[in-house]
Amino acid sequence: MNFEFRAIYWREMLKFFRFKSVLFSSLIQPVMWLAFFGLAMSDSFDKLTSLVPNEAGVPVVDYLSYMGAGIIAMDVLFSSLFGGTTLMFDKKFSLLRETLASPVPRFHIILGIGLSGVTKAFIQTFIIIGFGKLIGMDFFEGFTLAQTITAILGIMLLVAVFTLGFLFLSGSIAITIENPEGMQSILTLLSMPLFFISNALYPIESFPDILKLLSMFNPLTLLADGIRYFALGTNFSVMGNHYVYTTADIAFSFMGLIFFALTMLSAAMWRFNKVDI
Amino acid sequence: MTGNVIEVNNLEHSYGSLKAVDNISFTVKQGEIFSFLGPNGAGKSTVINILTTLKKLQKGEARVNGYDVAKDSKSVRRSIGIVFQMLCLDHEMTVSENLEYHGRIYSMPKKERKERIDELLKLTDLESKRNTLAKDLSGGMKRRLELARGLMTRPAVLFLDEPTVGFDIQTRMRMWEYLREIKREGTTIFLTTHYMEEADQLSDRISIIDHGKIIVTGNSDELKNTLGKDLIYLETSNNKTAAEILRSLRSVKSVTEDTKSLRILIGEDVTHVLPQIMEKIRGEGIDITTVNIKKPSMDDVFVHYTGHELREGDDKEKPQGKETAGVSE
Ligand SMILES: Nc1ncnc2c1ncn2[C@@H]1O[C@H](COP(=O)(O)OP(=O)(O)OP(=O)(O)O)[C@@H](O)[C@H]1O
Ligand SMILES: [Mg+2]
Repeated sequence: MNFEFRAIYWREMLKFFRFKSVLFSSLIQPVMWLAFFGLAMSDSFDKLTSLVPNEAGVPVVDYLSYMGAGIIAMDVLFSSLFGGTTLMFDKKFSLLRETLASPVPRFHIILGIGLSGVTKAFIQTFIIIGFGKLIGMDFFEGFTLAQTITAILGIMLLVAVFTLGFLFLSGSIAITIENPEGMQSILTLLSMPLFFISNALYPIESFPDILKLLSMFNPLTLLADGIRYFALGTNFSVMGNHYVYTTADIAFSFMGLIFFALTMLSAAMWRFNKVDI
Repeated sequence: MTGNVIEVNNLEHSYGSLKAVDNISFTVKQGEIFSFLGPNGAGKSTVINILTTLKKLQKGEARVNGYDVAKDSKSVRRSIGIVFQMLCLDHEMTVSENLEYHGRIYSMPKKERKERIDELLKLTDLESKRNTLAKDLSGGMKRRLELARGLMTRPAVLFLDEPTVGFDIQTRMRMWEYLREIKREGTTIFLTTHYMEEADQLSDRISIIDHGKIIVTGNSDELKNTLGKDLIYLETSNNKTAAEILRSLRSVKSVTEDTKSLRILIGEDVTHVLPQIMEKIRGEGIDITTVNIKKPSMDDVFVHYTGHELREGDDKEKPQGKETAGVSE
C-alpha cells in the first residue's frame, strides 16, 4: 500500500495555512453568509410566514436553522467548486511537472487534493455550526450527547462525499482548461443552476414540477436535506411546510452523493491520465 | 548491467508529421557526464522526456539504470533525478519545504529526508537560505535548489535539460563546479546544452545532435582531433572567390564561409600549407586582410559536422573574441 497522497495533502495544507488572506477569507466567508444573509432573510421570512398555520404537534423550526443547513451546503459548494483552480495554475506554471514526473500515481494526486479540500470543508462546517449556534440556530435541539455526536459524524460524512465530488469536477475542468477566465466563467455558469434549483436556501414545495424534479437530483439539495435530517430531526415544519425525513430519504442522499462523487472521480481520472507535459 | 546506465537503440519520436528524434542510438557509462549538444529544436528535450518517461516511447528501445523505459516506468522514475528545462519550483514554499515535498512524494522516511536536506543544502551552498521562500531566491540559487531537489533521492542518473541557459558565465561556471562534485560522488549525469563551453569543459563525452539525429559522438579531444591539429581563419577582400580557389587545393580538406571570415580545415602541417594558400589567393588579385591560426574548438567541431553555426538562442558567448579565449587556456 502506498501513501503518496499524504505528500500532496501535506503541501496543500501547508499552503492553505500559509496564504493568510485566503485562509482568512475562507474562514470569514461562512460567518458573513450567516450573519448578513441569514439574519436578514430569516427575520423577514419568519415575519412573512408567521401567519401560516403550523400543523399541531409538529415541532416548528425557524428559517435561520432551516437555512443554516443550506449555508453549509452552499459554502462547501463554492469552496470546492473553485478549489480546483489552483491546479490550473500549478499546471500553467509547470509546478505539476515535478509531481507528474515522480512515481506518484495520478490517483494519489487527485486523492491528496480531494482530502485537503475535505479538511477545509470540515473547518468551514464547524465554523458555521459554531457561529450559528451562537446566533440562535436550532441545530441538535434536544439531542442527547450521543445523538449530537452521531449527527455531527453524519454531517461530516455527507460534507466529505459532496466536497470530493465537486473538487473532482473542478479539478477535471482545471486540468483541461488553459486560461483562468475560461475556468471562471465555466464555474460561474455551473454554480447558477446548482444554486437556484435546490432547496438550500428556501423550500421548493411551490416550484414548478420540472424544477422540483431536477432539484431532487441536485447534489446541493441532497446535501442540504441530509444535513437537515441529522441536525433538525426527522419531523419538523418550517414556514408552513411539513418535513418528514425517512431513512429512505437519507439513504437516497447518501447514495446520490456517492454516485455523484464516483462519477466525478472517473472524470478526473480520465482527464488526469490525459495530461501531457 | 554492462556498466551502461543509459542504453538507447534506434529511438524515434514524431509530433504529427515532424520527426523530432530520428533513429538515435547511444550509451552513457556509469559515472560519466554525457552531453547532448545541439541548437534549439534539435530534439534534446524530446529525448530527455522519453528517457525520464514523461513522454511515451514511440519507437525504438531505451533502458535507464537497467530498466526498460516503456515497460517499467516506475522503476525508471525511482532511479532518476530531473532538472527540467523550465524552472519549476513552488515559489510559495521555502527552500527546505521544496526539498521536503520532493522527499515525501518519493516516500523517503522522515529521518533520511532530514539528513539529505542538510547534506544537499550544504552541497549547493543554500544553507543560509533554508527558510527563504523560493520566489525570493536569485536565478542561480533557484537553479541550485532544483539541482538539490533532483539529487534528493540519491538517483543513479541525474538528467539536466539546459541547466545553465540564460545565466552569465560566472554563474554557469559555478554550476559546473557543483556538477563535477556530484559526479565525484558517483552520480551519472546526462545533460543537454547549446553552449559549446559547457559541452567542452564539463562533459566526458559529447553527442552533437541536429535535426533529431546524432551527428557524432566522442570526447572533446577526439572530436577536435578529427579536424586536424590547426585551423586557418582568413579574411579577404572577396571571400566567395577565395573559397572557391581554396576548395580546389589538395591540401585543403574543407572551407566554410562565416559572416566575415573563411574557416579552413587542412590535412597537413600548417607551416607548409599557409604560404601556399596565401600565394594562391594573392595570385588571383584578392587581398588578405587577416590571417589567424588556431586550435580547433568545439565550435569548429560543430560547424564541421553540422555544416552550420550554432547560432540560435540567446547565446551571449557568440562574439568571436570570447570563443577564442575559451579555447586558449
Ligand atoms: N509537444 C510538441 N508538439 C509538437 N511539436 C513539438 C513538441 N515538442 C517539441 N516539438 C518540436 O520537436 C522538435 C524538437 O523539440 P525539442 O524541444 O526536443 O528540441 P530541443 O533540442 O530541446 O530545443 P531547445 O534547445 O529549444 O530546448 C522541435 O521542432 C519542436 O518544435
Ligand atoms: Mg529543450
